[in-house]
Amino acid sequence: MNSTPPIDRRSFLKAAGLTGTGLFLGFSASANGTPALTNLSHDPKAVLSFELHPFIVIDNAGTITLINHRPDMGQGSWQAVPTLIAEELEVGLDQIQIKQSDGLRKYGDQLSGGSSTVRTGWKRLREAGAAAREMFRQAAATRWNVPLAECYAEKGTIKHKPSGKALAYGELVDEAAKLPVPKDLKLKAKKEFKLIGKRAPRPDIPQKVTGQAVFGMDIEVPGMLYASMERPPVIHGKIVSIDDSQAKKIPGVKAVIKAERPMPHRTSEAVAVVATSYWAALQGRRALKIQWDNAGYDQTMTTARYYNELRGKASQPVAPYNTIGDFKAAYEAAPKKLEGFYETPFMAHAPMEPEVAVAHVKDDGTCEIWAPVQGPDAAIQQVAGYLKIPNENVKVNVPFLGGAFGRKAYLDFVLEAVSVSRQVKAPVKLVWTREDDITQGPYRPGMLSAMRGAVDAQGDLVAFEHKLIGESIQRQVFKSPLGEKADDWAGESINQEESPYAFPNANIGWRTVETDIPIVWWRSVYPSNSSFGHESFIDELAHAAGKDPLAFRLALLEKKEGDVAKRFVHVLKTLREKARWDQPLAAGAGKGVAVARSFGSICAHAFFVSKKGNGVAIDRVVSVLDCGMYVNPDNVRAQTEGNIVYGLTAAIKNGITFTNGRADQTNFHNFPVLRLDEMPPIIDIHIIENEEAPGGVGEPGLPPVAPALCNAIFSATGKRIRKLPFDLNAV
Amino acid sequence: MASISLTVNGKKHTLDTDPQMPLLWAVRDVIGLKGTKFGCGMAQCGACTVHLDGRPIRSCVTPVSAVANKKITTIEGIGTEANLHPVQKAWIDEQVPQCGYCQSGQIMAAVALLKDKPNPTDADIDTAMRGHICRCGTYSRIRKAIHTAATMTKETASTGK
Repeated sequence: MNSTPPIDRRSFLKAAGLTGTGLFLGFSASANGTPALTNLSHDPKAVLSFELHPFIVIDNAGTITLINHRPDMGQGSWQAVPTLIAEELEVGLDQIQIKQSDGLRKYGDQLSGGSSTVRTGWKRLREAGAAAREMFRQAAATRWNVPLAECYAEKGTIKHKPSGKALAYGELVDEAAKLPVPKDLKLKAKKEFKLIGKRAPRPDIPQKVTGQAVFGMDIEVPGMLYASMERPPVIHGKIVSIDDSQAKKIPGVKAVIKAERPMPHRTSEAVAVVATSYWAALQGRRALKIQWDNAGYDQTMTTARYYNELRGKASQPVAPYNTIGDFKAAYEAAPKKLEGFYETPFMAHAPMEPEVAVAHVKDDGTCEIWAPVQGPDAAIQQVAGYLKIPNENVKVNVPFLGGAFGRKAYLDFVLEAVSVSRQVKAPVKLVWTREDDITQGPYRPGMLSAMRGAVDAQGDLVAFEHKLIGESIQRQVFKSPLGEKADDWAGESINQEESPYAFPNANIGWRTVETDIPIVWWRSVYPSNSSFGHESFIDELAHAAGKDPLAFRLALLEKKEGDVAKRFVHVLKTLREKARWDQPLAAGAGKGVAVARSFGSICAHAFFVSKKGNGVAIDRVVSVLDCGMYVNPDNVRAQTEGNIVYGLTAAIKNGITFTNGRADQTNFHNFPVLRLDEMPPIIDIHIIENEEAPGGVGEPGLPPVAPALCNAIFSATGKRIRKLPFDLNAV
Repeated sequence: MASISLTVNGKKHTLDTDPQMPLLWAVRDVIGLKGTKFGCGMAQCGACTVHLDGRPIRSCVTPVSAVANKKITTIEGIGTEANLHPVQKAWIDEQVPQCGYCQSGQIMAAVALLKDKPNPTDADIDTAMRGHICRCGTYSRIRKAIHTAATMTKETASTGK
């Protein structure tokens, strides 16, 4: 890593402009300890850093630092963001240092979420690289006094074609930095890419195999204390009394304090034990005797009750995502009617690194945070808001995230550390246990898909209804009043644009049912719920129509105009070929298909299973992903493999249930996840090649997993699974 | 509190600590080697795996007193970027890690497996690795990387390189 901190280019230009004498502000590389901003114009050996763009910092010693503004939780932004810049900057990935952004506004939106890094940065990041490259070309042309057209960029160098002269970017950077930022940049076409779309080893991997990568859990700062926090076992409960006499006897325990867990929808009371080691803090916490008042939440927070309420709403009207023709009339008139309730559970994220944060609320009214957060900019805002201090007084440092899956976009754990540090007036590292992670939420909301549909005597689909019912993240977390509106975030994958089946009559919509169980994003969130009902029920209708489920889908999609439908068709036809879908099955074998568009990409899976004992075994998974243009095909595959594993866990392992206000699951022994020996033996992933704008990659592979598997089980056994999770060994 | 001596990666440490403190926290927070990870605290996930006299153990449930005067190896003692163990090299070749948090434990398990069974079958890999959770879902690559490391080790042995 480049240890030379960049200076803000505007402040550099401003300073230079004010004096008019070529004042150079920079950080002396020879300085030990904290680098000081000094006038280095008289020091010929000084290393001067220039910020040509917030994402591009180059010093006159030749070090090129590119900023990754989207925290890496495993999805590969650490490689993807610099690659997009480097492609147009004309530098190799072996020539750069990478640095994580710190939440400052100049980097724009820094949230890793919604599979958005490449698709939102695709143009902007390449333009940044192209602008800087043009500044270097111009600086070289001026220095050599040659026509600009004779100068070209290659591997961090500007070359003069006729003479063969060359200057590295570091030799040109002080002149380039004074030039205006060019506009009207021409970006490369796909066929001109040198880095984008090519397999390249991820730059974060070597340090992750030697134990050297620094995760949130690994942060240590001088004078740091450790904290473990006891939260109400019934979330939102109140403290009646605290007996900390035993806790305070644990060697190393420094303080037992009333603290809090600020969640977006409600702040919960909590008790923190602060100690000189994490182990002492945890021992102290275990020795606490706290009496809690459940405040009635033991009555309301019960998942059985929530699902009863969801089912009760199924007969009521929904706010529409997609209304076509007259569903009711077509359904009632049709000769063959089907209906079914599809249920998905609440799910914990269970990232391998439990939630952890180091916070230091300082005497001077500032606060510094070191934490594995998905959004450093959100962390600044929320910490500043919590402490009622200006955003400028909060500094955030983001290490690697040991998994996140949406959980670390919910910053309760950061604010908890702030609430403790403020009281003990020292830097505090607050560590969640696995039990905290699984019992305290937030969770992916559990949902109900109430489905109805009908086919006519010719075997054509004539009516389709999907009522998606459950709690809304938009309502609970973001406090947006939905009123009579459908939750547009929850409609991803089943709305008019993303589910392009040519239904002649359809009623697809949303209904909110509130719960106090905390919820938030989860890998692919709502599409992981809604696709289960949507794509399983299409399968039910196909069987009712006596048609092959893949051919049935194709027929519905081919009738529809538009690019999305065309891309669905291409994905499914590719899957049919790659999976050898039309080959006859052995006795006891089954096949299932599902397709969904989410986060801008289309993914279809085919699952092949065989009967085994009382259940089935998964023999083979074939996947086709159309994510438009992409950065690293190997990482696209890795993300799709990950989506299959995460989706299988959600389908066939325990979900989260609440009984009398408490989560019934506590750790990996009763919240099991898929393990290596349970992997499908064959996973065969195909990426569609095209020149479409990039879609997401980190999530779109997940939604079709459960329905494709359950459709295969129906094909093998005749058993229709309508509730997740289920036991693969007893279907 | 007690004085406990142990050898970690060939270096002797004497700690003045609660003898019940799990080895995990002694290694991470007292000795300062952060490569060994906390994942579950109850020997369910394998992220905390280290070697005790060459055998993999779960450091999150092993009191530090239980390893007094014993030899512990952590991920930092397996290899460095400049001098990678074949398993680490295979992990890079197959581009195994995503978030990477569980991989220290996965690698420690794989190193121990290959010491026992230089040419493991898929069933051997299932048995050795089923105690290790990866939420990113890198399992297929882990299996492949173990086979790659086995091949690499064999080739090194046969060519003497």
